[in-house]
Amino acid sequence: MLQRDLRMLVGILIVAAAAIFIAIPTSPGIHLNFMGVTINQDFPIREGLDLQGGIQVLLQANEPPGMTVDPQSMEAARGIVESRVNALGVSEPLVQLANGNRIIVQLPGVKNPDQAIKTFGQTGLLEFIDAGSTYLPTGTVVTTTLGGPASLSGNSAAPGAQAAATPVGQSAAAGSQAASTPGSAGSATPTVQLSPIPSTTGAETTYPTVLTGKDLQTASVGFDNLGRPQIDFTLTSSGAKKFADFTTKNVGKYLAITMDKKVIECPVIQNPITGGQGVINGGSGPGFALQDAQDLVIQLKYGALPIPLKVVESNQVGPTLGAEAVHQSIIAGVIGLGIVLAFMLVYYRLPGLLADCALLIYAAVAFALFRVIPVTLTLAGIAGFILSIGMAVDANILIFERMKEELRGGRTLRAAIDAGFSRAWTSIRDSNFSTLITCIILYWFGMTFGASIIQGFAFTLAIGVIVSLFSAILVSRTFLELAVALGRVHDLRWYGLDRAEIIQTAAAKSSTTSSAASSTA
Amino acid sequence: MTDIVGKRYLFFIISAIIIIPGLISLIIPPGLKLGVDFTGGTLWDVQFQKPPSVTEISAILSAHGYPDSEVQPGANNEVLMRTKEIQPDQPVKAQIASDLQSHFGPMTELSFQSVGPSVGNEIWQRSILAVGLASLGILLYIWFAFRHVPHPLAYGVCAIVALLHDAFVVLGVFSILGRLFNVEVDSLFVTALLTVIGFSVHDTIVVFDRIRENNIRHAGESFVTIVNHSLLQTMGRSVSTSLTVLFTLSALALFGGSSTRLFAVALLVGIVSGTYSSIFNASMLLVIWETGELKRLFSRRQVARAAV
Repeated sequence: MLQRDLRMLVGILIVAAAAIFIAIPTSPGIHLNFMGVTINQDFPIREGLDLQGGIQVLLQANEPPGMTVDPQSMEAARGIVESRVNALGVSEPLVQLANGNRIIVQLPGVKNPDQAIKTFGQTGLLEFIDAGSTYLPTGTVVTTTLGGPASLSGNSAAPGAQAAATPVGQSAAAGSQAASTPGSAGSATPTVQLSPIPSTTGAETTYPTVLTGKDLQTASVGFDNLGRPQIDFTLTSSGAKKFADFTTKNVGKYLAITMDKKVIECPVIQNPITGGQGVINGGSGPGFALQDAQDLVIQLKYGALPIPLKVVESNQVGPTLGAEAVHQSIIAGVIGLGIVLAFMLVYYRLPGLLADCALLIYAAVAFALFRVIPVTLTLAGIAGFILSIGMAVDANILIFERMKEELRGGRTLRAAIDAGFSRAWTSIRDSNFSTLITCIILYWFGMTFGASIIQGFAFTLAIGVIVSLFSAILVSRTFLELAVALGRVHDLRWYGLDRAEIIQTAAAKSSTTSSAASSTA
Repeated sequence: MTDIVGKRYLFFIISAIIIIPGLISLIIPPGLKLGVDFTGGTLWDVQFQKPPSVTEISAILSAHGYPDSEVQPGANNEVLMRTKEIQPDQPVKAQIASDLQSHFGPMTELSFQSVGPSVGNEIWQRSILAVGLASLGILLYIWFAFRHVPHPLAYGVCAIVALLHDAFVVLGVFSILGRLFNVEVDSLFVTALLTVIGFSVHDTIVVFDRIRENNIRHAGESFVTIVNHSLLQTMGRSVSTSLTVLFTLSALALFGGSSTRLFAVALLVGIVSGTYSSIFNASMLLVIWETGELKRLFSRRQVARAAV
């Protein structure tokens, strides 16, 4: 028994040491090169949005009528959003699908949230359209053969959005009839319509799309000779051919460049452009802001979203709020932990002291797990952790109360410890299991609409419950048994019984031993 | 031996006195003051360097198409604006921000939360579903865990009644707080509610577990005695555990900062209620179920109906 306890103690100390090593704020991480095996593991604390500031956005497919959302195109949209987000240069972004037609985007610590949302959330469909002999001023919203503005954002009504929303499929079919070249490498949408005459439907003009973003091979931010930002692009070979054909036939006409149906520039074709290279400079006037040019390039690089998305929920937290909250939560946690430690010590004495040690190990192990897994810490998560400190001692309390009872009932110390642990086990198991059921449901509840705050709470509480089972059963028990075996602490006052109870106990003990003797006899 | 079970109807009355005001407040519209999580809308928290004027801010919001906005000034020149949904990627947000800055000088955006109406509605429905699912899961688990005692379903049902008791205490308190102090209910509140449910059952199970054990060990004694004995035995533990949780939660409520304060308060209320209901309601219900008092109450009403 003693031997087993000692072995257990060594195991516990090793786990505790490892946990403390990981949990201390200045943890250096593990960097080992042992017999050819290299381990390089840092343990950063992953802070949630509410702690370090940042944004969380829930995007939802906003398909125009006639278009269906399938898992493949959602996955494709997610991939594009993720590439764009990565290009924004935010550390530890999260982009994931949720609930079939939604994408959750989390950007911790992003500087300019509104701009960021625009960059990754907008469709980003670049079109070169044949404007014929009409000059389209910058900002004009147009309908093209690939659809009107409504095809990109079903309900965020852009000016003039009453335009007949040409369903994409239909216009693509119309386009392919007129197309002289086969669509470039399996792409469904870009169609070439060489007819220079804009087809008109009533008052609304539908401009033929000549090229789309898909015909671009590269795009980058450059500067013109006045130092204004511009976008340099190269076309794919098929794109270059279409562009060359078109510009050759339409010298002197206008070629408008639109982004999501909004004109950004409308130059006159001076000469045929056959080299497959060009620039977009944002039209006359001030041109692009550098930030806008950079964002546009990000959208061009990774292509247009296959499905228009709209923001259905967003949450932005400034960094100052988070920093203050972290500070306050830590204070609350330390005070809470301190009171619990003191309470256990005063009320349960020796077992309380041992439970306190177990509780500290519990806190270190749980926190180390948060770092290793890693769990994104949010305010609610910290609250869950602080709450779990209170609940973690519950298992100990159940055991100690049981032990006291057994001592009062006249059992020996050893027997009381054994009975305390084994009898309390069923209620510890059942009660913690019900908390775990709630955690699972909370996690599910948070998952469906990307409420990472709720998920964080459920996850930390669940880890807390599981670790507390380990600490209450293994750690406190080992400590207690060792204390009894090695420390020879046998005075029952150390176990929380008062003098009167001890006298009663002695009486009970003699009666139980005599009754036990009589029953064995 | 202190007779707790004998005073069972007194405890039911105490519960009723606590719950009824909250229930009345819940029934009279608006019941709960729902946050933007559920209703959809925007909550925009900004800070200026000098005190801004609430009426001017309202005027600016109206001018941009948000006439029925609530503007609430806070400490340190903070202002909380509650409006219909403003989408962050739409130009109107930047326009409002620049108007505010031209009126009141530099502005720091502390937080901006925006929820579309359909998502809000969905979160609300899901909250209710989550509470329902949690209750069902717990009922099934208790039924399973207590399958060896007579009437295992009774244990599950009584635990659920205690759980509903605690949920209604918390809902009622927040409904009243909403009327008095404009306290809103958000998805963090739902989280607190679910946690309270978990804790309530946790507590109830500890008492039930002792009843289960004593039922086997002291077979032959009356159920009333067994329950009373079990309650006395577990009382120390229930109080100790609740105290430790209350300590940590009070620390969180007092020192943990404003964003989790209401969350901690909801948990505090729920856990006090949970401790009470597991001792004084769940077990008492079990007693009146097992002794047939419940049936008698029911049949008396049937007799009365038959007489009519």
